[in-house]
Parts: sequence; structure tokens; C-alpha cells
Amino acid sequence: MISIKQYGEFETSWCPGCGNFPLLESLKKALAHLDLPPHRVMISSGIGQAAKAPHYMHCHMFNGLHGRSLPVAQGMKMANPEMTVICESGDGCVYGEGGNHFLAAIRRNMDITLLVHDNQIYGLTKGQASPTTQRGHVTKTQPGGAPSEAFNPVAVAVAMKAGFVARAFTGEPEHLTEMIVQAVNHPGFSLVDIFQPCVSFNKVNTFGWYKERCRVVEDHDPTDWGAAMALADEFGERIPLGVLYRGERPVLATPEPLARHRYAAGDLAAVLQSYA
Amino acid sequence: MPDTSINIVIGGEAGQGLATVGQLMARAATRAGYHLLVNQDYMSRIRGGHNFFSIRMGPEPVMAIAEGIDVFVALDGRTIDEHRDQLNAGAIVIAGEALDTAGLNALRVPFKELAPKPLFHNVVALGVLGAAVCGDVTILEDLLRQTFGKKGDTVVQANLDVVRKAFAWVGEQEFDFSCIAPPQENPGRRLMLDGNEAIALGALAAGCNFVSFYPMTPATTVPITLIAKGAPLGLVHDQAEDEIAAINMAIGASYAGAKALVATSGGGFALMTEGVSLAGVSETPLVVVVAQRPGPATGMATRTEQADLNLVLHAGHGEFPRAVFSPGTVEECFSLTHRAFDLAEQYQTPMFVLTDQFLADSYRAVPPFDLDGLPEIAQPLMDAPAPYKRYALTDDGVSPRVVPGFAEVLVRADSHEHDEQGRITEDPANRVRQNVKRLDKGNGLMQDVIGPEYYGLDESDEAADLVLLCWGSSLGACLEAAERLNAKGLTRTAVLHFSQVYPLREEQFMDFLESAGQVVAVEGNATAQFARLVARETGFVVTGSVLRFDGRPLSPGYVLKGLESII
Ligand SMILES: Cc1ncc(C[n+]2csc(CCOP(=O)(O)OP(=O)(O)O)c2C)c(N)n1
Ligand code: SF4
Ligand SMILES: [Mg+2]
Repeated sequence: MISIKQYGEFETSWCPGCGNFPLLESLKKALAHLDLPPHRVMISSGIGQAAKAPHYMHCHMFNGLHGRSLPVAQGMKMANPEMTVICESGDGCVYGEGGNHFLAAIRRNMDITLLVHDNQIYGLTKGQASPTTQRGHVTKTQPGGAPSEAFNPVAVAVAMKAGFVARAFTGEPEHLTEMIVQAVNHPGFSLVDIFQPCVSFNKVNTFGWYKERCRVVEDHDPTDWGAAMALADEFGERIPLGVLYRGERPVLATPEPLARHRYAAGDLAAVLQSYA
Repeated sequence: MPDTSINIVIGGEAGQGLATVGQLMARAATRAGYHLLVNQDYMSRIRGGHNFFSIRMGPEPVMAIAEGIDVFVALDGRTIDEHRDQLNAGAIVIAGEALDTAGLNALRVPFKELAPKPLFHNVVALGVLGAAVCGDVTILEDLLRQTFGKKGDTVVQANLDVVRKAFAWVGEQEFDFSCIAPPQENPGRRLMLDGNEAIALGALAAGCNFVSFYPMTPATTVPITLIAKGAPLGLVHDQAEDEIAAINMAIGASYAGAKALVATSGGGFALMTEGVSLAGVSETPLVVVVAQRPGPATGMATRTEQADLNLVLHAGHGEFPRAVFSPGTVEECFSLTHRAFDLAEQYQTPMFVLTDQFLADSYRAVPPFDLDGLPEIAQPLMDAPAPYKRYALTDDGVSPRVVPGFAEVLVRADSHEHDEQGRITEDPANRVRQNVKRLDKGNGLMQDVIGPEYYGLDESDEAADLVLLCWGSSLGACLEAAERLNAKGLTRTAVLHFSQVYPLREEQFMDFLESAGQVVAVEGNATAQFARLVARETGFVVTGSVLRFDGRPLSPGYVLKGLESII
């Protein structure tokens, strides 16, 4: 049995009370629950407060560029299909700077898990609107209120029939852990969009705001795409948590770790001969 | 030495299959034992327009493109108008009966008679061309069997019938064209491939097993070749959503143990630059192929230029070491790409192979690459004793790189400034240590620099009146221009060619520059970028230059003309 202790405890640079703490705890719990030792897990992250998470645990880590956590994660998975690959970053990183990669990753459907710390704000750069910031939300850079309609990541993912789409909230840590476990277990691309209150820069979508609205869905059949679409679209007085959609699609997978791959001399010679 | 080569030009509209005729002809010439050099001039369109495929072939090595035409296959009327002025004395024109060839030494081909179906008209052209240059029909027959074998015996037979008929028809014609000189005896087995194919093969020979890319002319045939030849052997490939994704995927794959390559042209590379910096700081091995075309921005998609040297030298924010290779020949495309993989792993930093459309698409006949004689490629570790530090400080700046997933040590790579363990830190002393460590790898890279090749006058080691300073694909044009100048006996000319343009090691070449009567930079750009680099790195200022930036490759004639006003 793997214990959560194997994932370690580290000093962080997060603000006290930040939703990132319970999120990190849930991730470690989920990995321990999955009986995965740290050296079987590779985490790719981008840039932002969320993206620092893998620095605060034991695991293989590639902390890359803002917006680019998904391409790196997919490169890792293609190079070593035997590893558990998790991609972790913020709403700005994944849906804004990396928006095109988000769409492409859903279409590709590799067996990776995307955990988005969705605080509906750019935390690290001190409170500008992110793609999930609600329209009208006033910030220093959007003094007249965020002018654009908010991006609904789960609705887009369900619309694209991503294999596993879930929503969670750090205020429901056990449920969150369970969502991460299921997401990692899902063969194919899985998304967990996680509400993670930012106590310093998002004074609209606070812990209380989410607590009031978020309800774990019951009696929902996640294989019913129409019902999933309707649930994913709900973002207001009531926000559903849980697995919204689950479907089966062909998974894009490579056969073997490339680090062990070698060409046979005879095969290379035959390639050359084809140019004679 | 008299020029024993002939220049064959096949021209027509896009979509007429002229590249197929050209490739089959060039391959036949390769098998017959000739040397050759192909230039593909095509417009950025799929149908119509005016394209041409030229094959300069001969019994002696062919170094550069030729201006004049000896054998001209015109698949449409416009082609004749475009190239009429280039016909050498005695040139023969092969054209359909319907085309106006008045005043030309023409072989007027009854295409419909030789092959009722238009589908076979390019095989007719191939047969007539092969026969006109006194080629061996059996070589063409073998090639057609190989090319169409997959489509079944009926298709093969139909093609064979057409090519034989075309040969027979030529045999019955009275025309005035002297055969090309026979090839040297026993030229040995050769391969025919272009620069991009050679890059892909060099990569495969180095163990490259991952390519991610976004299509962009003239780089796309690198991934195409890798996929065609490597995927059946286990190479993993992905056409990414954009170049940013392509380079980040390759970095992720490389971190996790793949031997990764990305290939693009200037615009796509501009998008990749943040990734270049990421490879630099995360110390992830990566080979980046940049096939240049004219810029700025979209420029001219299917044309050639050498104007992205500055971009590649400076791409990526922050400071980290790199090396930039600039192959001058198809052989160097192979060997330098192979080397780039070795150095990328040894120094854990991005390596660049900088070519251009001309070389990328230029077929040559080359001796088979010696796979057994290639140096070993550096390999990462699969495990290390605990406590493992990914960015451990070492004397040469190189930290042992472990691939994650094969042992219990954890591998932490980071784009922030980081400590030896790969954790974020803003500590100033650590910052200095890590930055110095990364730059220290440049000392090793400097020791491994391939010096420029000096093509001197003769064994006497005499200083030259004129040194042509060049890099990358300009080599051939300079060599032939120098040969012609030397043949005249007036200006004693040498060529100094760099197949690695960065870093530069002064002691490898300063003597040649300083002892020369005059140094002239020959480059495919408007600002003599390489000459300026030399000045910046060494203080040696090159005063003269012959520059070409009309999108067409440098030719010996262009170089000589440019030199007229300088020397
Ligand atoms: C290319 C690039 N552009 C901008 C930035 C600055 N930047 C860093 S993090 C960030 C936004 C972070 O927001 P989010 O992804 O939601 O993460 P959070 O901090 O909220 O967890 C920005 C704009 C950067 N690092 N790189
Ligand atoms: S800025 Fe917000 S998201 Fe970042 S650590 Fe502080 S509370 Fe958390
Ligand atoms: Mg955020």
C-alpha cells in the first residue's frame, strides 16, 4: 500500500487559506488511494499559482511554460505510455494561453488526466480576468467589468465528447479525491475542472459563493450525453458537481517507452537502400 | 577542366506531373552512374502556374545549378517562352506537336499517338527524354516496375509499353543532339535523395524516434520522410495543433526519454522560440530543423533564402548555449543532423540544423552513408544513486540526465530558475550558479565545433587573392565560381565554407581571412548576416559581398557577375 506520506510535505508559496492546499491534499490522497508510488507518476504543469503544485510533492515533474502544460503532458505520454501522466494548471493557463491545446487534447484522447485549478481569475499576476471570470466581474485591468462571456470548460468538453468530464470543488475534498481517482482510472483523456477559491484576488467567487451553489449531482447518468450537456450548461444559482459525462472513444496510444526503443541496423540499412 | 555536365530542364504547370518525370529521370541517371544536382522551382499553388525541375548531370561531380539549358522538356507553351533565352547553343527542345517550337532545335513529340491516354503523357515525356540523352531503357523499365509495382501488373505493363514506344519513336527521328559523356567506370552504388530526406535519415541513424510538427513548406518533407521510413520501425509522430504545441510536445517527449526532433520554417520557428528557451533552461535535448524560405512573415512559401540566421542565433529569451549547423551538401544534411542529436544529449540544450528550400528540395546522387562508421550517440541514464539532483553542479556544467520512469529516482525539470533539485528558487547566489552552470556547457560545445572547410588553391598553401566566405547551401555556387575564376588564371580564389555557423572558434579560420587579398561574403540574404556575425565574434570586417535575395538559389553565374564590380 502506498501512503500519502510518500508524496511528502513541502513549504509552499501559496496564501494562507488558498484553495490550492486542499486541492494538493486531495491529489496526494487520490494517488495514494490508486496505489501509485511517486516514481510512477509524471506531472506536467504550466505557469501560475496552480502550476506550482508539483513542486510541493514527490513525483516526476516537468514544470514548463504558461499555457503549454498539455503539449508537454502528451509528449510525455507518447514517450512513455507505461506512466501515469497528470497535467495540472490554472484556468488562465489551460483555457486562455493554452486554449488551442485544450481543444486538440480532447480530440486526440490520450490517456492523461487534466486537473484545472479553476479560481476564475489570474492569481499569480494579481487578479486580472481569466477566461472563466464571469462577465461584469470588475478587476484592475477590467475596470468596467470583464467584457467577454465566460468560457464554460465542461460544456465545451462535453460538447466535444471528451471521454471523462467532471466538476469538483475544494470545499468538498472527499468528493474531489474521488473525482481524481476516477479521472486517473478512466482510459483516455479526462478533465476535472476544480473550483479553487482564490482568497486574495477573487472576491466574487469566494468559498461561500461556491458552497452555496455547488451540489454533487445524484441520479445522473453520465453516459447520457444530452443530460450531460444540460448539466454542464448549469452555472448560476446551482452548479452541479460530479462526473458530468463519460464516454468511450478510441484512445491514441503508443506501444512502448521510447527510451528503450532502438532501430535494428538491418532496418536502417534497408531504409537507405530504398533510396538507391 | 571543361564542363562535361548537361542541364536538363522540365517545365510546365503544377499538376502536370513534372516532378514525377524529373525524379524518375534523376533516379535513372543516379543508377546509370552519373553525378547530379536537382533544383526544384515551384510556385505556391497546386494547379496551373509555372514550375520547373532542373537536373544538372554529368560524369564529373556537379556542384551547383547551371543557368543555361541543354535539354529542355516543355510540357506547356508558357514554359518555352519563359526559358527560351536560357537555351545553350545546340540545346534540344522536347515538346508536344501542338506547341510552337519555331526556330528551335526541337523534337516534336506526338503525345497522343504514343499514348492515347493523357495519364501516360508524362511517361512519354520521360521515355523521350531518356532516349534523347542516350539513356538505357532498361534502367527506366526497372524504375517503372518499382514505381508502379504496387498498382498491379496491368499498370506496370502499360507504363513499360509506353516508355518502350517513346524510345523507339526517338530512334526513328532525325535530330541533332550529342549524347552526354558516359559515366565514370564503377561509380559504385549510390543513393538519390534531397536535403530534407538526408536530414530525416541522419535523424533516424541517430535513433530519432519522435517527431512533432505543424506543416510548413519547405520543412514538411522532413516529418514526411521520418513518418514514411521511421513509423514502420516504431517512430512516434504527431501533427500538432500549432508549432508551439509541436515544440512543447517534443520537449515533453525528450524529457521522458524520446529522441525528439521538430522541423519548421521561419514563421513556425518564430512561434517555437519560447520553447527553445524552455529547452535551454530545462536542459532538455532537442533538435530543431529550420528550413528557410524568404520572409518577412509569409514571404515566398516555395522559394529559398538564407535570412533566418539571426533569428535562429538569437531565438529564445535569456542566455543558454546552442549550436547551429548549416549543411552545404546532402551528405552534410545527414552527418550534421546525426551529430546534432549527439550534442543535444551531451550538452542537454537545443541544437539547430539550418537549411533552406534549395537544399531541402535538391536531389543529389551520393555514396551510401556509412552507418557502421557513425560515431556513437550519447545516451541519457536510466537510474542514478540517491540523492539524485537533476541540475547538479559539475565542473563542465553537464548534470547527469536521468530518464524518469525506469527507477525510483525522481526527475524534476523546471522552466523557472531552480536549484539543483529542480525546485523554484529566487535565491541570487543559486541563480548565478545555475546560470553559469548552463553557460559552462558552452565551453564543451566550443571544443566540439566543426571548423570551416577551406577550399584552397592547390597544395602549395599559398594565400589567395580572393576568399569567398559562405555558409550552408551556398557552398556549391561558390566552389564552381572559384573554379571558373581560377581556370582563367587571373584571380586566385579560395572558398571558406562554414557548415557550423555557431559557435565560432577564431583559431580555426582567422588565418585564412587575414591572409586573403580580399574576402567577399556570398550569402542568400540582403544584409550579409553571417559576415556580420563573423565581425561581431572576431572583429574581422568583411567589406565585399555578393548577396541574393530574389527567392532563387545562388548560382555560379550569379556569384561571378556579382564579383565583377568588386574585384
Ligand atoms: C507567456 C507568458 N505570458 C504571461 C505570463 C504571466 N502569467 C503568469 S501566470 C499568469 C496567469 C495565471 O493564471 P492561472 O493560469 O489562472 O493560474 P493561477 O495563478 O490563477 O493559479 C500569467 C498571465 C507568463 N508567465 N508567460
Ligand atoms: S493568489 Fe489566490 S490562487 Fe494564488 S495562492 Fe493566493 S489565494 Fe491561492
Ligand atoms: Mg487562475
